[in-house]
Amino acid sequence: MTKNTDEPLVRIRDLVYARGERPIFNGMDIDIQRGKLTAIMGPSGTGKTTLLRLIGGQLRPDAGSVLVDGQSVPELGLRDLYRLRRRMGMLFQNGALLTDINVFDNVAFPLREHTKLPESMIRNLVLMKLHAVGLRGARDLMPNELSGGMARRVAMARAIALDPMMIMYDEPFTGQDPISMGVLVSLLRTLTDTLGLTSVMVSHDVNESLSIADYVYVISEGKVVEHGSPDDLKNSNSPWVQQFLQGLRDGPVPFHFPAPDYGEDLLGKAVQGAVQ
Amino acid sequence: MMQTLQGLGASVLGAAERLGRGHLFLIHVLRGFPALLPRFGLVIQQLFSVGVLSLLIIAVAGLFVGMVLALQGYNTLVDFGATESLGVMVALSLVRELGPVVAGLLFAGRAGSALTAEIGLMKATEQLSAMEMMAVDPLHRVVAPRFLAGILAMPLLAAIFSALGVLGGYFVAVGLLGVDDGAFWSQMQAKVGLYDDVLNGVIKSIVFGFVVSWIAVFEGYDAVPTSEGVSRATTNTVVHGSLAVLGLDFVLTALMFGG
Ligand SMILES: Nc1ncnc2c1ncn2[C@@H]1O[C@H](COP(=O)(O)OP(=O)(O)O)[C@@H](O)[C@H]1O
Ligand SMILES: [Mg+2]
Repeated sequence: MTKNTDEPLVRIRDLVYARGERPIFNGMDIDIQRGKLTAIMGPSGTGKTTLLRLIGGQLRPDAGSVLVDGQSVPELGLRDLYRLRRRMGMLFQNGALLTDINVFDNVAFPLREHTKLPESMIRNLVLMKLHAVGLRGARDLMPNELSGGMARRVAMARAIALDPMMIMYDEPFTGQDPISMGVLVSLLRTLTDTLGLTSVMVSHDVNESLSIADYVYVISEGKVVEHGSPDDLKNSNSPWVQQFLQGLRDGPVPFHFPAPDYGEDLLGKAVQGAVQ
Repeated sequence: MMQTLQGLGASVLGAAERLGRGHLFLIHVLRGFPALLPRFGLVIQQLFSVGVLSLLIIAVAGLFVGMVLALQGYNTLVDFGATESLGVMVALSLVRELGPVVAGLLFAGRAGSALTAEIGLMKATEQLSAMEMMAVDPLHRVVAPRFLAGILAMPLLAAIFSALGVLGGYFVAVGLLGVDDGAFWSQMQAKVGLYDDVLNGVIKSIVFGFVVSWIAVFEGYDAVPTSEGVSRATTNTVVHGSLAVLGLDFVLTALMFGG
């Protein structure tokens, strides 16, 4: 199935996408190499989740191309799109487990939907996947009995259930305590290496991303501002990238949302909408 | 003035667009029905939850409505010395009208709102998106079994409503008001027709089940994925579902018994 292995698995060119009047992407180029862990970083609201949905075919770009394993995602019909999606997993920000069934059945869900395997084999597969994320003992718990980090690990087990070629992680570390974060960070790296997966991770957690990624893209205002290995990035001379990586309050990204002059505003003289 | 017109136009357009989306949604869901046959367990499961949700309230309501019908009917019929016809009156009112209509209203309030809330919450928590990304069509996997279960449950619930209503009427008429036991049943048997009355009632209940379930699953699927959006969708299901039942009841009655 898999094409020429030198070619990137995901190739995005001149991507344009707008939500109503608001442009989200404005000519973006991204390559995701096979077997590597690529991190896409950017401030909240830049469209990282939107990007993953464009790759997964849940949204269609206004212009530009999104190729996954040589197939143009926006042009696929529903049937082909679903066939492609069986080979890619996606981890939603909060795990998005099915809340009315337990952990075991959640991991078994894609297997039961897409294969005709006997129940005994499904059981073995599910236990293997759960073991890989360290939650074999949690198989009987319901999703509402899991901590946020555990829910994400179950969702990882579910995402690798069908042995996909790629997994996309949406902010896998956000809102985790340091221990749980460490577990997730090492799990992401291990899954990528041991299963030969291509991993794409979007995140705004700078240190964790730089510590495990093979390649990093930094996006802002609809464009790629910088890309390279984590070391390239740390040495980047773009003031914007430095502000983002170091979390400085003010810099090229201003602390203040555009507003009328402060003094005039307090005196009630500023005209609403008159923004410098 | 201009603004009012613009606002009016926009809301008409919005409603028309939503109606269109509702129909496309329906077609997509109906296409998933054949695939449910080999996995009928999914439907049974939903039938159980939809049916059990509404069973108690429908049984109790049926019993009381039948009892009230008997009391009210007796007062009218006694003036004409026709109290033996009480059984017919109760049965006809229930089978033709009140069974399907009241069961439909209760179904919208109990099962319909629950369906909307469940699907809306699945959307808000990205469970539906996650299914799409697992290459499972949520319209076929989540919506279709619930929709079919709603369509199947409604005639059963209306029948239970009518049956318990007749029973309630019987208790009041024979036990309380002293109507002749034999006359109550024999007149009912003689005058209630299988086709004219029972079948038409069943058709009504199937139509109501279809429309209320459609509204319920569509409102859930189309809900704004926030807690406020889901609560608004749930209210919409009850209001629109109930109005649809009453409006369609008029149309169907005119078609069936009008001529
Ligand atoms: N369903 C939607 N409708 C309209 N705008 C949206 C929707 N989802 C996201 N957006 C907007 O698109 C932008 C990008 O969103 P998102 O991809 O979620 O950002 P990120 O994941 O980087 O935080 C946000 O500013 C958000 O306001
Ligand atoms: Mg996001």
